[in-house]
Amino acid sequence: MKFPYSETVLEHFRHPRNVGKIENPDGKSTEGSPACGDMVSVYINVDPETNRLADIKFESYGCASNIATGSIITELAMGKTLDEAKKITWKQAADALGGLPKIKTHCSVLAIEGLRAAIQNYEERHGLVKEQKPTTVEVVRRRLKKVMNPLAGLDVVRTNLIKSVDVEEGTVRVVMDLPADHQFASAMREEIMEKIEPLWDVQEVVVEFSE
Amino acid sequence: MMGDTVLDRFVYLDNAAATRLDERVLEAMRPYFFDIYAVATSEFGYSQGIEAQEALGEARKVLAAALGAEAEEFIFTSGSTESSNIAIKGVAQALGQKKGKHIVVSKIEDFPVLNSARAMEKQGFHVTYLDVDSDGFVDLDNLRNSITDETILVSIQHANQEIGTIQDIENIGGICKEKGVVFHTDATHTFTRVPLDVKKIPVDLITVSAHTIHGPKGIGGLYIRGGTPLSKWVDGGFQEFNLRAGLENIPGAAGFARAVELVTVEETERLRAMRDHLIDRILTEIPDTTLNGHRCNRLPQNANITFHFVEGESITLHLDMRGFAVSTGSACFSRSLEGSHVIFGIGGDHERAHGSIRFTFGRYNTMEDVDNMVGTIAEVVQELRKISPLGRNK
Repeated sequence: MKFPYSETVLEHFRHPRNVGKIENPDGKSTEGSPACGDMVSVYINVDPETNRLADIKFESYGCASNIATGSIITELAMGKTLDEAKKITWKQAADALGGLPKIKTHCSVLAIEGLRAAIQNYEERHGLVKEQKPTTVEVVRRRLKKVMNPLAGLDVVRTNLIKSVDVEEGTVRVVMDLPADHQFASAMREEIMEKIEPLWDVQEVVVEFSE
Repeated sequence: MMGDTVLDRFVYLDNAAATRLDERVLEAMRPYFFDIYAVATSEFGYSQGIEAQEALGEARKVLAAALGAEAEEFIFTSGSTESSNIAIKGVAQALGQKKGKHIVVSKIEDFPVLNSARAMEKQGFHVTYLDVDSDGFVDLDNLRNSITDETILVSIQHANQEIGTIQDIENIGGICKEKGVVFHTDATHTFTRVPLDVKKIPVDLITVSAHTIHGPKGIGGLYIRGGTPLSKWVDGGFQEFNLRAGLENIPGAAGFARAVELVTVEETERLRAMRDHLIDRILTEIPDTTLNGHRCNRLPQNANITFHFVEGESITLHLDMRGFAVSTGSACFSRSLEGSHVIFGIGGDHERAHGSIRFTFGRYNTMEDVDNMVGTIAEVVQELRKISPLGRNK
């Protein structure tokens, strides 16, 4: 039999680690991707003495890459300090899984974001976050680095798909260097919307294509 | 978390995508690989070429007869994709300058029709994408109102590739005839399984293919009612009544004809019984499931069900590891990372597409396969729901 995933991915898919909920967790998050429909919830407990992750669990409404990445990040993060856990990258998770198909990047990035968001949630609840900053072109570009170009398995900024970004009075305008009928145009448009829209001072997101 | 029950027999329930070749089809093709391998020649050619020409003619008769048509009204192509391309682009090219530049298709057509229509938009044509209702039916009044003086072609499928809904092509054809518009239908999934007789149904162009009926891949056909305006789209020689150039695929044509002969009404009824058994069992035994497409007016070999709170690719991978092949409308499964346009077309959201599974039956499936399938998918869905943040099966 031939499967599209590595042995390790299949192993985590079949037997995901640390699955489930934590009752009254110290921090939690649910990250969703309306563009593909996947969703991940991450729950954490933090040891306040050491600032390390004492427990971590996840739930997944997603595909195999999503489940396997959720599983592996709980293993990678367990026992780490919050700062260390925040720095876990998609690349590290993918390497630990023996590689992931490029086209599946966006399903698996969700789990990494879920972990970071759960930590942020903990920090916000414990007064560890500074004041909200206004959205600038730089902030938008940083978020766009989380939107994957499925053809390359790398983000849309690094693969030069972002022609321009404008921020004006709550309206963010992103122009992509792609034809509107490109195979992945609508998938990427939706992913961009979902990354930029939650910013606190953004009222409207417009994604345009170059031709 | 999962049990490891693996069947000793691979259960293939993706017969809409491709089917296992029937050995009898292979036997019918064999002579045209090894004995009569010459190109089909004109009547003044050498003897092997004449024999090849005759074989092609015999195959054509069988294919045309299956649609109630004359042999001269049927051309062979490389498959459904090419047939629908020829139909849409050929009519557009023939009538675009003379009559108008408006084409009507349904929103839930398969990609050959949809993307041919989109390609014509780039050439300056205007396309109306008709909405369908929650079962997938085109509204006849809506169709009638969408046809203008500029309209040259209506292309509405006979039955849907994903959800199986069968359109009322008799009345659709009637409207087109009354309005003087060419009507094309993609019958890839209904051919030989759902009756379609061109003497009774006013349809001008029909796309068919061998790959859905245990015939070979790479051979299909297009029915062209006599007098239908159609420009040649594949240029080269004068083959296929000068409508489609290219060396004839004679083994393919012979195999296609044999595949048609082997389909029986009894077999189709057997597929229908498997379909109904699967739908009944899943909808009653597995909670939070929704049938996609119409319950009765659907392809006899198609079932499509959404399992809520779980994702389709996870289901298909678990099933694959246990020896079952099915397909899903989930974005995670698609090459474009987009959820099924058919599920969206019937008013479904990402969630409905996300957990949709298509089961399509064929000659080599048994009722036992269906029972094994239901038992296994019930187990897989239950396990996946345990790890899902949605739903109630905690």
